[in-house]
Amino acid sequence: MTIYDSIDEVREELQKCMKCGNCMEVCPIYLEERQEGAVARGKIRLVDAVLNGKLEYTKGFADRLGLCLTCMACVAKCPCGVRVDKIIFGIRAAIVRNRGLHPVKKAVFSVIKRPRLFNFGMKAGSRFQGLVFRKHVSVTGAHPRFPFGLDMRRIIPPLAVKPLRQQLPDVVKADNPAGKVAFFTGCSMNFLYDKAGMELVEVLKRNNVEVVTPKEQHCCGMPILAHGDAETALKMAKSHIDIFSRLDVEYIITSCGSCGTTFQHHYVDMLKDDPEYAERAVKVAEKIIDVSDYILKVTGIDESKLGTLDMTVTYHDPCHLNRGMGVKDSPREILKKIPGLKFVEMKNADRCCGSAGSFSLTHYDLSMDIHSHKSDAIRETGADAVVTGCGACIMQLADGMNRFEMNLPMYYTIQILGMSYKAGEKENRS
Amino acid sequence: MNANIINELISLLGKENVLTSKEDKINYSYDATPDTDRCEPDVVVTPSDREQVIGLVKIASKNRIPIVTRGSGTNLSGGTIPVDGGIVLSMLKLDRIVEVDPANLTATVEPGLVIQRLNEAVAVHGLIYPPDPGTVTTATMGGSVSECSGGLRGLKYGVTKDYVMGLEIVMPDGEVIRTGGKTVKNVSGYDLTKLFTGSEGTLGVITAITVKLIPAPKFRRSMLVIFDDLDNAGKTIADIISNKVIPATLEIMDNVTIRTVENYSKIGLPVDAEAVLVIEVDGSIEEVVLNEFETVKSICSGNGAVSIKLAESDSDRDAIFAARRAALPALAQVKPTTILEDATVPRSKIPDMLKAINEIAEKYNLKIGSFGHAGDGNLHPTILTDESDSEEMERVHKAVDEIFQVAINLGGTLSGEHGIGMAKSKYMEMQFGASGIAVMKRIKDALDPDNIMNPGKMFWRG
Repeated sequence: MTIYDSIDEVREELQKCMKCGNCMEVCPIYLEERQEGAVARGKIRLVDAVLNGKLEYTKGFADRLGLCLTCMACVAKCPCGVRVDKIIFGIRAAIVRNRGLHPVKKAVFSVIKRPRLFNFGMKAGSRFQGLVFRKHVSVTGAHPRFPFGLDMRRIIPPLAVKPLRQQLPDVVKADNPAGKVAFFTGCSMNFLYDKAGMELVEVLKRNNVEVVTPKEQHCCGMPILAHGDAETALKMAKSHIDIFSRLDVEYIITSCGSCGTTFQHHYVDMLKDDPEYAERAVKVAEKIIDVSDYILKVTGIDESKLGTLDMTVTYHDPCHLNRGMGVKDSPREILKKIPGLKFVEMKNADRCCGSAGSFSLTHYDLSMDIHSHKSDAIRETGADAVVTGCGACIMQLADGMNRFEMNLPMYYTIQILGMSYKAGEKENRS
Repeated sequence: MNANIINELISLLGKENVLTSKEDKINYSYDATPDTDRCEPDVVVTPSDREQVIGLVKIASKNRIPIVTRGSGTNLSGGTIPVDGGIVLSMLKLDRIVEVDPANLTATVEPGLVIQRLNEAVAVHGLIYPPDPGTVTTATMGGSVSECSGGLRGLKYGVTKDYVMGLEIVMPDGEVIRTGGKTVKNVSGYDLTKLFTGSEGTLGVITAITVKLIPAPKFRRSMLVIFDDLDNAGKTIADIISNKVIPATLEIMDNVTIRTVENYSKIGLPVDAEAVLVIEVDGSIEEVVLNEFETVKSICSGNGAVSIKLAESDSDRDAIFAARRAALPALAQVKPTTILEDATVPRSKIPDMLKAINEIAEKYNLKIGSFGHAGDGNLHPTILTDESDSEEMERVHKAVDEIFQVAINLGGTLSGEHGIGMAKSKYMEMQFGASGIAVMKRIKDALDPDNIMNPGKMFWRG
């Protein structure tokens, strides 16, 4: 039994909570709402009431359990080691079993789970996006022209004209390769930040790494899992285990903490009792590595190739990269190696930006209230660019830049490294 | 509760500040106290200023409805559980820092402010607000004044009541009074500030708090000392004080705690040690701090310390304090239920108390880890148990009875810093006798004749 198909597994986690309330210090939602129902301790008590028959699967219950970014700040803080994220995922699955899926989400997820339709939709979107979005003046992005489930104030990045996976060959060969990896692009690099994806592959090439990018890969399923559609997420997990088990690679590179966490932890959890998949899920999970960790710890960086970048940057920790995959130091160490680049730590760098994927769509105002602290922290550093390691965070940061009147560019860590390599090339040539 | 009253509250506070859903009632039926009943309120209200507090207290008073004032609900005495239902009054929206006054070394704040926010605000002036309960980053000023919280620095810097200079209180009839003020000297009238500090919400609703601030000490030195004999550790504590060194921190962990912490975080504590002391001296003159540090060091080695680990850097200090801070989390992970007591004895009786606790643990076949603020005699015997095991819980309750009896017999008190609430009210007579209780009851009856302020707390109902 897994937390996704039985609430008994959830029960075990609930019992660990001693109600100390330490989660109140760090929960971004609680810090805005300051109501007991908004924080992990309160949600745990509500789940407990439902499991003990003292509360039904009410709308109020579902709404409160929807108010969680799964940023895992409480998990990191909890003295009793309660895996609040598992409780949330498990109970959301139970809510869907009991109440069904929210109609809007149902429509969206039915597209995401069918890769071909999703691909087509996103491609068609890139062609017609001018019709539905109007370009924003300062940031690369656009406002929706019509309300279609998106807040009109929201800035949406332009869709890639050609998705990343269609731009990349199946295999990027290297002579006498130092390593052989598969690349899980994730949706944000595939459909939105394809340039960053190309730069990532370029950096791997420079490090003499052979890169395999399986075309048939699709959404990791995190957005679907997070909203309780465990059945669909399970299908997507199996499909990815099939796709990536076949490959003869040393590592599977991810460039988004949420995708990486899903492969590393959620697939393993979901498939742990499946005789056909359990073992392979663990093997795939063991190969998963964030690109910053891979570059820093596996290939290493040849510092003689790095060129000077005259910029001041700050780094935002994506929740799932940091608390999900445990990657916190590598991006900073990479940045600190770049000649000329000044790194300034922002206040509460590991605090959620408020995006949490589709949370920012369903709870736009709250999401932006949470983001205002991030925005203030960025402003205080005086940095002229923000670096992070997650596409959803970049989307949120872009929206925040617009909302809070800043105009700083945003980069993936790996892009900065790519820029420094290019600068190095120029310096060596001249 | 009558719908008219709810409507009256709604017209006073607005719909979004009057919570009546089943989910909200569940969410305000508990606090951080283990092994207590959950009691749902009839309504939860979240006012945002004093006028609204006055208005709702008047509504409650007119209708004789209980009011349970609540901050973050981190207390360990069941202090904010609405045993008689009624109104839970959440003060979290009154969270402004009204004023920081560096010239008078005071700050005035609203009760919903989290303690740490005050510390952040006064740090820029080179000042600190010393009371630092374990929940300093979550608990509110109002809650900690109402419970008179202590913390790790009690020995040298005192506890909350030593810093509260004045209060603004909405009395049970809705009248507002102001006690104390900003002056260091103030002997006019009865000391109502002290009466309300630690009164656990049973006398009125605090709406503003003026506290004393002190200059932040500039230098500090820390060490972790290991003993293989409890008496040696006890003698060390006594010797440090009698040598006229008052450490800012003087913490102890017993063998059960050491084993559990080591098992939990693998930080290299010897699992056969009988006691670990965490000691920190601080002050604003480096030479004095270093002298005190040397004195403490030689007392420790003179008393047969097995090892003394000195903090050479900030990261060393963090590691030492992490060991102490790991005590409760580590113990909490062993079993589903963690019952944390805070019986307190004169500091010279710490070894006697620890031995008595070990005997009680053996007698009732329970796992009890003790740690705490050795310097001020405030121990936290922590019983590791399981609420769902009724047979074991019976033994737990007997053990708790005995722990309190021992503490009283050693000249101590039921509670050093957690308060009485509903968790310890049945032991009050053990400490004060019938006549002592009667005096307190007369005060309560005089100020809150209808018993609407946090009923069912402090006084045992049988």
